[in-house]
Amino acid sequence: MTDIRLATNDLVPPDRSPRRHLLSIGDLTRDDVERILGTARALEHSLEREVKKLPTLRGRTVINLFYESSTRTSSSFELAAKRLSADTMTIRAAGSSVDKGESLKDTILTLSAYDPDVIVIRHPQIGAPQLVARYTGASVINAGDGKHQHPTQALLDLYTIEESLGRLEGLHVAIVGDVLHSRVARSLVQALTLVGARSTLVAPPTLLPRGIEALGCETSTDIGAIAAADVVYVLRMQQERMEAGEAFVPSLREYTARWGITPERLRPGQKVMHPGPMNRGVEIDPRVADAVDALIETQVRSGLVVRMAVLYDLLTTGPVAVQAAMEVA
Amino acid sequence: MLVYKKEQPVDLVIRGARVLDPAQGLDVVLDVRVDGGVVSQLGSDLPANGHRVIEASGLVLAPAFVDPHVHLRTPGREDEETIASGTAAAAAGGYCAILAMPNTDPVVDSAAVLGKLSELARAEAVIPTGFMAAISKGQAGAELTEMAELADAGAAAFTDDGRPVVAAKLLRRALQYGAVTGRPLALHCEEPSLSHDGQMHEGAVSAELGFTGYPSVAESVMVGRDLALAAYEGGTVHVMHVSARESVDELRRTHAQGFGATAEVTPHHLCLTDEAVRALDSNVKMNPPLRAEEDRQALLEALRDGTIGSIATDHAPHARHEKDAPFEAAPFGVTGLETAFAVLYTRLVESGVLPLELVLERLSAGPARTFGLPVPRIATGEPANLVLLDLGAEWRVQESGFHSRSVNSWLLGETLRGAVRLTVAAGQVAFEA
Repeated sequence: MTDIRLATNDLVPPDRSPRRHLLSIGDLTRDDVERILGTARALEHSLEREVKKLPTLRGRTVINLFYESSTRTSSSFELAAKRLSADTMTIRAAGSSVDKGESLKDTILTLSAYDPDVIVIRHPQIGAPQLVARYTGASVINAGDGKHQHPTQALLDLYTIEESLGRLEGLHVAIVGDVLHSRVARSLVQALTLVGARSTLVAPPTLLPRGIEALGCETSTDIGAIAAADVVYVLRMQQERMEAGEAFVPSLREYTARWGITPERLRPGQKVMHPGPMNRGVEIDPRVADAVDALIETQVRSGLVVRMAVLYDLLTTGPVAVQAAMEVA
Repeated sequence: MLVYKKEQPVDLVIRGARVLDPAQGLDVVLDVRVDGGVVSQLGSDLPANGHRVIEASGLVLAPAFVDPHVHLRTPGREDEETIASGTAAAAAGGYCAILAMPNTDPVVDSAAVLGKLSELARAEAVIPTGFMAAISKGQAGAELTEMAELADAGAAAFTDDGRPVVAAKLLRRALQYGAVTGRPLALHCEEPSLSHDGQMHEGAVSAELGFTGYPSVAESVMVGRDLALAAYEGGTVHVMHVSARESVDELRRTHAQGFGATAEVTPHHLCLTDEAVRALDSNVKMNPPLRAEEDRQALLEALRDGTIGSIATDHAPHARHEKDAPFEAAPFGVTGLETAFAVLYTRLVESGVLPLELVLERLSAGPARTFGLPVPRIATGEPANLVLLDLGAEWRVQESGFHSRSVNSWLLGETLRGAVRLTVAAGQVAFEA
């Protein structure tokens, strides 16, 4: 029989730094944001190589748990983990035990039995990532919880803006559309405030949450307010969140006429962003979506490197979200 | 109207406590003697005469508390609370009487259900317990219950608590017809088309967290409507769990017009604001929701000036697995019977926000008068309804310490001061630490 030699060091569990999560932009400091964006920049160079895989997270396990449909976020988290050589799997609520009525808590206890390093969670209900963090030993990344937060989206948006305009501080971003139902808007306003940029929310009165100014943004119901902005960030009109009889605007037609982003409403050089998926012809004119000043595809590309950076940061270096393990609500 | 398990009435001498009965203006160190469950003598150096003696110097002896708003979850959700566990929790919190809400399964909307509950309470309630009956059948908001028969069967009051009486016409009928019962209507004021899907108070915190807001006006417009109808019909109404400043304004306006609606407020609305929701802990999710600091201040002022005459816990036990869900998916409600006095004492009395006497009165005589229950008094010839309080005692709120079957307390892990040492309810020892 061949002699099997065990490298005893392999049997020693790796050092576990205090467990950290990325649940909300509110958990981050400006230093955290700058470090993550810096890591993303370094990782972007690695993507230019022929072999795009890095060994950094070899042996680590990343579980993506998606309770809501998603193309961009789930694919980019999965690819980000693979590019860093982590073992990864994506579980979708449809077709899983969730269909059989399993509670989120029980699903998390089940998955945690595999000892994952990271659980990425997208869930339609606010507070789901906090619950997950309470019941798993893994680091938790919030990939969107209801209308609350989508922190990696905000980070990739910052990265995209900085790559395009060379800076963040002092910039003015107008965020236009269905702010009320948008976790993207909430996360982005917080992130922009954190890095010293200005934000203005522009929306019909019924889609501006009362009291949102407390986040440090301005608000306007006049589409003319986008004129002064360096970046116009267009939000999706979330029709799936508009229940029958709960129409927030009289019609999409009227919305488009008054708040839709058309070439006429933009000035040359104004950058346009959209978190996707777009409703062309509703919140954004197709000519705007396809114009050179649109950074929409860049956002998707940024999503990959920023999510790689977040995974890297959570698992290898200093605090991403310094929300220490058990402290979570 | 109040039923409980009859046991041996107690013989006791409580020695040297500070006897504090604000409703009678009593605040003096005395011995109190109880014979056969009745206060027989107040004085100094009372003889023991073979009675058990409790040395109580340094402690406060007050009239025990009355909670007009408790969810006992029986029948239907005995996994969350039973009459035995809920009344034991109440006794541990210093209560000598409670009123239970009818939003059970089945709803307490017939004399048959009420009769069965009373029978159960006679077998297992450790303190006197009353049951409210529903205003509408099945609390569906369509047809009146047989209010007269329910009153004859002992209904303490009528309420559709858990939900509002949406149709103004039905409430008007209830006010008219309810007059024959002599019992008040207890109103849960919420305009559902405005609170729809609301998870927390609408304001800066809900805007930041992304929750659909449950605005103050969703409560206050209904308080305004209900009070207008009650004034028009001359009915007796009690506004439950007031949470918003605007609702207090509505109550004041009504009082100024000479119409006497009563009201209650919960310890959590007196102690917390919507800022507490930032932690996304489902144990701060309740209906009505925690509101802004200005609302909390208005509630405190209303409690001080008597616009709100009662403190009620709205003790709402929930199964652990149901509360252990994302905030947005968790049910509304928190427990409160076992922490009410201590949290009010720690957060409001010690900090000088409310006088101890006022808190004791609003926890006892206030609600008793509102619902026509015997007012607990420390006086010769009165049935012994006593709570012995150790104001200096510190204790930690822990799951293992609850008598309630549920642990959905917003105070888990907190250290409080003010402990209940002894509760005597209707002349029986209901709790002893």
